[in-house]
Amino acid sequence: MSQAAAVPARRRGLGWAPYLLVLPSLVFLAVFFAVPMFQAFGLALQSPSGSGYSLDAMRQMVTDGAFARALSTTLLLMVVIVPVQFAVALGMAMVINARLKGATLWLYIFALPLGISELASGIVWFSIFTEQGWLNSMLQQLGITHQSIVFLDYQRPWLVLATIVVAEAWRATAIIMVILVSGLQGIPRDFMEAADVFGAGVWQRLRHVVLPLLKPSIRVALILRTILALQVFATVVALAGGTTTVLANEAYRWYYRLRDPRVAAAYASLVLLLSLVSTVVYLVTIRTNEERLG
Amino acid sequence: MTTQAETRAPAGRERQAVRPGARRRRVARVLLYVAAVLLSLWVLVPLYLITVTAFTPRDHIFDFPKPVVPTHLSGETVDFFARSSGVISALGASVLVALITLAISTALGAPAGYALARYAFRGRAAYRLAILSTRAFPIVILAIPLAVTFLTWGIFDTLIGVALMHTALALPFTVLVTSSVFVSVPKELEEAAQTLGCTPFGAFARIVLPMALPGLAAAGIFTWELSWNEVFAATILTLDHPTLPALVVNTLQGASLPYRFAAAWFMLAPALVGIFLIRRYLLGLWSRVGH
Repeated sequence: MSQAAAVPARRRGLGWAPYLLVLPSLVFLAVFFAVPMFQAFGLALQSPSGSGYSLDAMRQMVTDGAFARALSTTLLLMVVIVPVQFAVALGMAMVINARLKGATLWLYIFALPLGISELASGIVWFSIFTEQGWLNSMLQQLGITHQSIVFLDYQRPWLVLATIVVAEAWRATAIIMVILVSGLQGIPRDFMEAADVFGAGVWQRLRHVVLPLLKPSIRVALILRTILALQVFATVVALAGGTTTVLANEAYRWYYRLRDPRVAAAYASLVLLLSLVSTVVYLVTIRTNEERLG
Repeated sequence: MTTQAETRAPAGRERQAVRPGARRRRVARVLLYVAAVLLSLWVLVPLYLITVTAFTPRDHIFDFPKPVVPTHLSGETVDFFARSSGVISALGASVLVALITLAISTALGAPAGYALARYAFRGRAAYRLAILSTRAFPIVILAIPLAVTFLTWGIFDTLIGVALMHTALALPFTVLVTSSVFVSVPKELEEAAQTLGCTPFGAFARIVLPMALPGLAAAGIFTWELSWNEVFAATILTLDHPTLPALVVNTLQGASLPYRFAAAWFMLAPALVGIFLIRRYLLGLWSRVGH
């Protein structure tokens, strides 16, 4: 936004040039982003015969045995994962911002998971949590346990959910960390020094100086991360197999296995709606200072 | 809050306060290093474990307890995975899809990024807002309606179909990042070149492009990875010609453990190399996207 003022009007003779440069991307996003979004709702509301509209697919989705579990698991994962990741990411960002020796090395290590896919991360944690896996192996080598614990036990869904939370926290914290670090670097050093001079401790500084100034970054990171949590898919497949399910898995199952694009689209619409609601909630509840003044 | 603190720290006591303050700062510093090491281990240990597992021969993969320092190392398990049915062609599909995604999103996104960086035009703010707001949508879930469309277009289960979906995912990122790269190239240089007789295009090709190239390459590598790592849309949009993640997700339930572990390593390795290559640009790539 602030950048707009810095760009002077230039090349008056080529007034159409920017529109020409922007047009292809707009057309592409219209065809492959805006149109499919409406199609998702259209498909979900299509009657079985294909002509006219009906709530048939919606009804099929809601009355399906897996629906309640998929919805509650997705929401539960979102509610647990987002704060956990925020805490870890904030810790990482504070470490980076403290400019320790080897700052670029720490940043590189913390950012590594940016390049790791949901599926690969799910399998990595599967190799740790499986019955003959690394965690049981280490626990027994250290003499903490004597028998293998079944972490991925379908009879204990809480434990399976906890492993999914760990895997997601491992993989997707990096993106929040990077956004927070770039936000932190925008906070003038003087502010921190001032807080220091007035005797603010680490916690006070975080609470009264850093977090308020970081609000725009936090809001962006929260929105991004919540959207990602709502579409979690491969981590669940890799760790839980068929034992638990989330909304994206149900969309996949209805499309791929049951060959019913209408119900799959109903799930897609539900994910879209939940994303929109969560974004609006964040935009309303987390006001930046300028907005509050204006 | 501020006024309270001000009254609590009168100037006269400042000298007294220096010592405990310094000690506290040193303790905080040490704690920060401890935190840095612990957080690094949290990231690195699982990567080490999967690498060790993937390079343990199949006969020893079920050894228990597992030795943390590997006793048997070989490429046998990875080799077994690579020879499994469909893996080589899926690998090829993944590489090609990612390259096509990179090509399309750069061709469409970089010009828009340049326009955002260099021109003040009516609708600029609205365009930027539209691009930013795409992040509030779970784009991969759009694979479901797109699959139906692609069936009628005849590009379902093709590389180009998956690449178009991935481009929808990558394009907003490309626009924002390339715009921040072009902003970082001084406009004065480009104008000077034009004053000295370059055409607008010539100035762009000779001055702006060479200077923007490293940043653009970093953005390109990240776009490539976005596509290489994407699972859900690739799974929905393919049938007989899956990308690597789509193949692995579909065969995972029945797959042997060595197959799964080697698969994870195969997906990880190129992505980690990519992050290494763009390590200097990580913050730059995201600073503009984050605001």
